Amino acid sequence: MKTIRIGNGQGFWGDNVDAPVELLRGGPLDYLGMDYLAEVTLSIMMRQKLRNPELGYATDFIGFIRRVLPELKERNVRVLSNAGGLNPLACREKIFEVARELGVEGVRVGVVEGDDILARLPQLMAEGHRLENMDSGEPIAAHAAHATSVNAYLGARPVVEALDQGALIILCGRITDTALALAPMIHEFGWGEEEWDLLASGTIAGHILECGPQCTGGNFSRWWEVPDLWNVGYPVVEASADGTFVVTKQPGTGGMVTVDTVAEQLLYEMGNPREYITPDVTADFSTAQLAQEGKDRVAVSGIRGGPRTPFLKISASYLAGYKASGEITICGPRAVEKAHLSAEIVWKRLERAGIVFAEENRSTEVLGVGACLPGLLAAPEEPPEVVLRLGVRDPDPKRVERFGKEIAPLVTAGPPGVTGFAQGRPKPQKVVAYWPALMDRRVVEDHLQVSVEEA
Amino acid sequence: MKVPLHRIAHARSGDKGDGSNVGLIAYSEEGYDILLQQVTVDRVREHFATVCHGKVERFEVPNLKALNFLLHDSLGGGGTESLKIDAQGKTHGQGLLQMIVEVPESLLNEET
Repeated sequence: MKTIRIGNGQGFWGDNVDAPVELLRGGPLDYLGMDYLAEVTLSIMMRQKLRNPELGYATDFIGFIRRVLPELKERNVRVLSNAGGLNPLACREKIFEVARELGVEGVRVGVVEGDDILARLPQLMAEGHRLENMDSGEPIAAHAAHATSVNAYLGARPVVEALDQGALIILCGRITDTALALAPMIHEFGWGEEEWDLLASGTIAGHILECGPQCTGGNFSRWWEVPDLWNVGYPVVEASADGTFVVTKQPGTGGMVTVDTVAEQLLYEMGNPREYITPDVTADFSTAQLAQEGKDRVAVSGIRGGPRTPFLKISASYLAGYKASGEITICGPRAVEKAHLSAEIVWKRLERAGIVFAEENRSTEVLGVGACLPGLLAAPEEPPEVVLRLGVRDPDPKRVERFGKEIAPLVTAGPPGVTGFAQGRPKPQKVVAYWPALMDRRVVEDHLQVSVEEA
Repeated sequence: MKVPLHRIAHARSGDKGDGSNVGLIAYSEEGYDILLQQVTVDRVREHFATVCHGKVERFEVPNLKALNFLLHDSLGGGGTESLKIDAQGKTHGQGLLQMIVEVPESLLNEET
């Protein structure tokens, strides 16, 4: 039976830059997915694009292409990525530029457009689309003027179209991570629009792949059993036309693929396991069977799915004020008490300067005695040192900036043993709030465009 | 015997909006029965009382010998807005594995 090998070389914006190159060169591979977009990454790209109309995509991706383009072309390893961000056309031009520099001819690059609906927002709202927040039910209207990005999560179909047209590299903006793995399966195996079990299988394969090494030994509960985590192999799925697949990694790499490492990733960021909704299908995770087929090989089968919903998920972001946080290290006897005194000094001095932050807009955390999970893990009675972490958020950047000025003085005006303040005053950072909503999928899909061009 | 959950199960957590999810996976079928009986919504809510300020939901995933928990309102405002050090609930799995359960001695493995 024919199988195809699909890898994932990038799990998030800021992931390891060598990993996809090692994955490509480490063994056989047919398709390579590369994910660059966290929930609010597009709003960062919006700022970049506003400053320079030729930006607004994941520039790391160009560095990757420059390193591997001749090899991709020679081996016909096809790359699927959301690196296009808000400007996939500019990203394509840059790839063509790199191809010319490297003297690689006949590089076909596909672009999927239509996910970005920011410019359509006023008209859509006028037509009665409220984009109610999926958690709170509130309509987006009050935040629409501050919206920094509004994108629909697309599914696999437009990517399949680009693959069918022979694209070696496919650039999307917002698209589900699972679609990047499902699309090659639909393209290769000809799965139909309503073959729900098959579509669900490909979707779950994509879910296992989407966080890179989190299914091959990274972030694993029994970390002490994982060999050579420094050299962890990014994952590869060997997919078959009947929907079954094997999770594995390239030979000679570190990490491990076991039923336990794959099961942990299956449950990662999971809601209702019986209803994993994507634009392509509603997948049922409670049907997946895992079996250790060999060393670093886990076979997955039995997956069932149901019809896709009439909605697409919308991911919007808007500017929601400013925040800053700063840390100091406090060493020596009674470190925890000294940390609390230091925090009190900061908050009292700010209060005298007329700057009061409401309880929910400021935080005091003493790292080292259970700040992540207060009371859940036993704290040492007399830690040799702790880190005091203070933070505030506020609509006014000047108030946040003023807070940042109160931390360094603790070195001379606070208790003894205060150190580790080399990073300077914390600067106000923009807070980009994330707004999830649903929308009638036809409104988006009627505007999708797929274009494949060759350099 | 009273032991922490990590002796019979493993876990992973991450963010879901303003809450987190924790997947809890038993090492054996007997272990899964213990999870079903003892790791209840009420006990998890009590265990995470300092962290989770919303409701707790539990889903059964028998094919993986697993339970999936949603801890609503547990990230101090969610990903970008939160001031907390763990704004994404990455540590919640490690926290759940500290919960004490009653298990027969025969079920305990070395070093888990």
